Amino acid sequence: MREITYRQALNEALAEELERDPNVFLMGEEVAEYQGAYKVSHGLLQRFGPRRIIDTPISENGFAGLGVGAAMVGLRPIIEFMTFSFSLVAFDQVVNNAPNMFTMSGGQFNIPITFRGPNGPAHQLGATHSHATENFYASVPGLKVCAPATPRDAKGLLKTAVRDDNPVLVLEAELLYSSKGMVEPPDEELLIPLGKAEVKREGSDVSIICYAQTVPLALKVADQLEEEDISAEIVDLRSIKPLDEKTIFDSVAKTHRVVIVEQDHPFCGVGAEVCYRIQKNIFDALDAPIIRVSQEDVPMPYNERLEKAVLPNADKLIAAVKQVCYA
Amino acid sequence: MQPVEQRDEVEMLSLMLLIRRFEERASQQYQAQKIGGFCHLYIGQEAVVTGAIAAVRDDDYVITAYRDHAHALARGTSPDACMAELFGKETGCSRGLGGSMHFFDKQHHMYGGHAIVAAHIPLAVGLAFAIKYRGEDRVTLCFFGDGAINQGAFHEALNLAALYRLPIVFICENNLFAMGTSVQRSTSLRQIVDRAEGYDIPGEIVDGMNFREVRDKVAEIVDSIRKEPHPAFLEMRTYRYRGHSMSDPASYRTKQELEKYRLDDPITRLRAQLTREGKLTNEQFDLLDKRAKETVLAAVKFAEKSPQPPLDTLYDYTYADGATEPDRPRPVEPAQERREVAPSPSTNSP
Ligand SMILES: Cc1ncc(C[n+]2csc(CCOP(=O)(O)OP(=O)(O)O)c2C)c(N)n1
Repeated sequence: MREITYRQALNEALAEELERDPNVFLMGEEVAEYQGAYKVSHGLLQRFGPRRIIDTPISENGFAGLGVGAAMVGLRPIIEFMTFSFSLVAFDQVVNNAPNMFTMSGGQFNIPITFRGPNGPAHQLGATHSHATENFYASVPGLKVCAPATPRDAKGLLKTAVRDDNPVLVLEAELLYSSKGMVEPPDEELLIPLGKAEVKREGSDVSIICYAQTVPLALKVADQLEEEDISAEIVDLRSIKPLDEKTIFDSVAKTHRVVIVEQDHPFCGVGAEVCYRIQKNIFDALDAPIIRVSQEDVPMPYNERLEKAVLPNADKLIAAVKQVCYA
Repeated sequence: MQPVEQRDEVEMLSLMLLIRRFEERASQQYQAQKIGGFCHLYIGQEAVVTGAIAAVRDDDYVITAYRDHAHALARGTSPDACMAELFGKETGCSRGLGGSMHFFDKQHHMYGGHAIVAAHIPLAVGLAFAIKYRGEDRVTLCFFGDGAINQGAFHEALNLAALYRLPIVFICENNLFAMGTSVQRSTSLRQIVDRAEGYDIPGEIVDGMNFREVRDKVAEIVDSIRKEPHPAFLEMRTYRYRGHSMSDPASYRTKQELEKYRLDDPITRLRAQLTREGKLTNEQFDLLDKRAKETVLAAVKFAEKSPQPPLDTLYDYTYADGATEPDRPRPVEPAQERREVAPSPSTNSP
């Protein structure tokens, strides 16, 4: 194991999959000559050439659709959205074409495509550039959605996504690109299956269910809670869809108390689905109502103070944990 | 794969007849409520798809919008599988999961059947991208209506195809109307083909009621694309005789206009050409027509007696690896009264 950044981990995943399979190509805005808007594709043009690392004009609908068409005849496109906020311009291709084709053709055309890019609020980008899109996309049958929080998960999930025969969205955490973590050495194949959550920290009093940008927050809060003698178990979903019920239920069966901290909005957010499944399947294991911490239900303000007030934060999370623990 | 010149014109005439008789029968079966959803007929436009298909190889890629029955038939999808799809049966070309607007046939390189106006044009560019990526000499034929040319997807796709110099023919089937909106009311251009110029794509206007002109134009362009990949644009001037869909009485146009085009009927025209040249007798034509009608009738029988897709396969076509959510409900038989409350075809819009 060695320590690398989330960005490097993604870069390695791309390079390894491009190396392994000649049908894989990377396409998007500024992925080639500019070396990636967030430098995730750094060096790939030099290594793989312009046939496989392809710059596009600003035409998300166009190049997302191009990817779906190429996937119909067996190529395995990796389509980068500069951010998933811009994927909304290609919503029709991601929601209507990629996942529906397999069904509509009676199983003749599967679409082995990966859509990837940064997702979720970053710093003070305002309402148009701060979308957390996981709940939109996870509600679409035929799509798979993952949202890695660590360099290791980022690498392993992206590689798995590229090999999957379905459309997979890899929602990268914009704020975590420079974060570091331990990852297997490059000569060791690292594949992390979709649909497998991971307990990032064991605990006994409360399960904090989180993903992507809320994982570091939850881990930090767990440290603070420990000082107050509350032992929090941190369950990182990693995949939003398919959802790993087993790991969630096992944790809840142990702690009997749950807080879900998500980076999307409260109405029909990811946490709403997780919450539903817990109460439906292991209601008797619960000692307190489940509480969700999410963004506030407003478009993201630019103002820094207000933005902080909209996002999930340590204070909100700690308050929620205390509420479920002393309930 | 037959070279273009040798594709028998009589055979192509009989394909046009098959398409027309298929659509007439589909119309009748729709009215008898054997077919659900939306249903858009191709009658009047037959020369466009047959002419284009006559000019390409069997391994070239074809993709179109929702007025797609003819494109599948022309590609070689069996009339049985097409009719069964309209009936929603398991034996349909999309297993009854696609319907009228979503015909697919991988074996015959028919890539759909797409019902969001213009959304398939980027896909077509992707097919062409794959051809070039693999260094093949195939060509993609991308069909769409005049209504598609004002969508962003169309513009983005044309720009990408031109930028990457991809082997694709954009074929605009200009039947003068998008539902009830005439081209004059939708498009700020004197002629549609000028859209191509904006992307530095060579374009031409073609008489879409004339099989030979369509075939020769497409052949010429495809030939040039095979030598050196590039996009091209053809505006096919054509006409649909029926309403936009089964529920449309087409009151936005005059009887005289329709009659004018009927006099220029693509089937009558090719028949006259062949007869004049001594390649077809009246008896032979009647025989071809009789055969087309029989084939279509047999297709209806086939569709009728075909099974429904089994309920327990409901979750089999969502993910290629059969991945499912653990929480999925068991499929249950829909309540019987569903049939009674189904809207009658006349209230069914687009
Ligand atoms: C994005 C989108 N908007 C609206 C519709 C509804 N609609 C279906 S067909 C159609 C007209 C399209 O006309 P045209 O492209 O000229 O094709 P034609 O019907 O003449 O074959 C419309 C508006 C749709 N299917 N998709």
